[in-house]
Amino acid sequence: MVKMTYVEASRLAVQEAMTADETVWCVGEDLGRGSVFGQYLGLQAEFGKDRVVDTPISEAAIMGAAFGAAMVGTRPIVEMRFSDFALCATDELVNQIAKARFMFGGQSRAPMVIRKPIGLWRSSAAQHSQSLESWYVHIPGLVVLCPSTPQDNYSMMKAAIACDDPVVYLEHKNIWGLEGEVDTSLEVEIGAASRRREGDDVTIVSWSNTANLSVEAAETLAGQGISAEVIDLRALWPWDKQMVLDSVRKTGRLVVAHEAVAVGGFGAEVVATVAEHGEALKGPVRRLGAPRSLVAYAPNLEDKMRVTVDMIVTAAKETLGK
Amino acid sequence: MPETGHNTQNARQLLVMMERIRAFEEHAILAAERDKLVLGAIHPSIGQEACAAGVMTHLKRADILLSTHRGHGHTLAKGADPLAMMRELLGRTGGCCGGKGGSMHIADFGVGMLGANGVVGANITIAAGAAHGIKILGQDHIVVDIFGDGAANRGPFLEGINWASVFDLPILFICEDNQYSATTRTSSVTGGPGVAARAEALGLRATVVDGNDAEAVAQVSGEIVARLRGGGGPEFLHAVTYRHTGHTSFDPGAYRPEGEADKEIAANDPIARQRAVLLAMGLGQDVLDAIHSEAQAEMEQVLADAAATPFPPDEAAFADVQDIGSPMQEAY
Ligand SMILES: Cc1ncc(C[n+]2csc(CCOP(=O)(O)OP(=O)(O)O)c2C)c(N)n1
Ligand SMILES: [Mg+2]
Repeated sequence: MVKMTYVEASRLAVQEAMTADETVWCVGEDLGRGSVFGQYLGLQAEFGKDRVVDTPISEAAIMGAAFGAAMVGTRPIVEMRFSDFALCATDELVNQIAKARFMFGGQSRAPMVIRKPIGLWRSSAAQHSQSLESWYVHIPGLVVLCPSTPQDNYSMMKAAIACDDPVVYLEHKNIWGLEGEVDTSLEVEIGAASRRREGDDVTIVSWSNTANLSVEAAETLAGQGISAEVIDLRALWPWDKQMVLDSVRKTGRLVVAHEAVAVGGFGAEVVATVAEHGEALKGPVRRLGAPRSLVAYAPNLEDKMRVTVDMIVTAAKETLGK
Repeated sequence: MPETGHNTQNARQLLVMMERIRAFEEHAILAAERDKLVLGAIHPSIGQEACAAGVMTHLKRADILLSTHRGHGHTLAKGADPLAMMRELLGRTGGCCGGKGGSMHIADFGVGMLGANGVVGANITIAAGAAHGIKILGQDHIVVDIFGDGAANRGPFLEGINWASVFDLPILFICEDNQYSATTRTSSVTGGPGVAARAEALGLRATVVDGNDAEAVAQVSGEIVARLRGGGGPEFLHAVTYRHTGHTSFDPGAYRPEGEADKEIAANDPIARQRAVLLAMGLGQDVLDAIHSEAQAEMEQVLADAAATPFPPDEAAFADVQDIGSPMQEAY
């Protein structure tokens, strides 16, 4: 066990993978400087400019070129800087990377990790704050991961780099400094959720930073005599339906909480799946997400978009009729 | 690779390949219109065969090619099996993509052909990346990316060519300019002095060639390929040609000025021009006729064999999407 931050954890995973496999390389803007959040600090000094590649501000080319390089046998780690800028490379990801293996009848593979930092982060306003994970879940061909802890950011990055499918890897910008113990021998199976806290009264399903808020909410609820189970999905495609269904069968109550806009969000998929499986619920489902509005710069307005610990506590109590 | 241009053997090879490409596409059109066996759109390259034939004579199997929606000729010339290609157009088992891609996604990785593309211009960045990957892996083959004149107005043209330039990659970009972007005359929607100037502005050496002259294309592309193999940086070739058909096999091309197509076909058909070259070299008309009928017979058989092949099994609809979270395990 080593104590490290969320950003150090994925950096260590990348560093170890690059040491183990010469075909792994990183490509994006300003990587030599560590990129915006220090995810690549020291890697160019260690591996050289040909494996930690500083690129022009050409998101479409970063994504497209990495894909071309993947098809000829390399394993690129693609940095999009902010998930918002990845929208400049939508054709490359959605029409090319996700579809090539299928369209070419299995002739090609795109073993790539596409890193897109997501989420609200101190007055970054509408073009630097989005959480668009549900878009990617909607695209067959992609794996979608949303780690929320240093341990997961280490183990899931390792798994993502080893994966032969294109992986959309969504780190949350607000928790780069989050500290935790990391066991570097721990492997995470892609698609397995993490039960962050056990409980009997209500199931809270979440992911990314909102999973951390959900754990806090569960602690508050415990102080009020309510036992909440927190499931951190970690992976949105494939996702751990079984753990959610088993938990809801036990508790009979469900809260889904995420930072993305609630309308059309992945929370709806979770709720629909529970409904389709006919789980008998003892109370109303609560689904928390951002209102369908835009993230503003002013802090009070930005706060209007947040799902907070208090909101999760309240929602859990509502499922219990309290 | 032997010198091209003034040698009967090579000149004849160019004609053979162009005749085969044309025969393939004529049969593909028959399959679409007469037989109703090709269901999706096909974009014939009839009239543009010189670029495919001329460039591919210089490529080895391990060299990489990327192409466009109008890519049958390039793919065949790179060495793909015409039967696997025709099966693909008909959506059949044994198609080069198992019947899952069709004409616009034709690809044969076994011969280094990494795909046509249904999105105009998209292969420019991908091709630059293939060259980047080759460089990272320390391999010595080269990449050729062919796109249309319309693609030069999309963003990937800037981003992909700049990328190849700054990373000094072993790639030849070819703009196969048939003068039309679907139904629009490309010059009417394109600013500035032209695509070669755009490439030069990004730091590439650019060459312009008569894209209906197979000998000339073979000559200049041979020189460029030699420079690339010698470690030279990325280059650009602007090959000006003309599309004899409409945009797709269903398009009569009626938007073109009256007489334009007839005049171009009469004056500039690359196959007719190559026949004239060979006649001047002393080959007999009977030899030329034999080349023509052999190509026609080959592709007639190809179409018959493709039509006799079954459609893919239903399970293929879920295969080769992804390993983890595959629809074969969970599709909902
Ligand atoms: C991004 C994109 N926009 C539009 C289309 C529709 N489209 C298909 S081919 C074509 C014309 C392309 O012209 P050009 O690049 O010159 O190639 P050509 O068809 O002449 O070979 C268009 C507009 C497309 N496939 N992709
Ligand atoms: Mg054109």
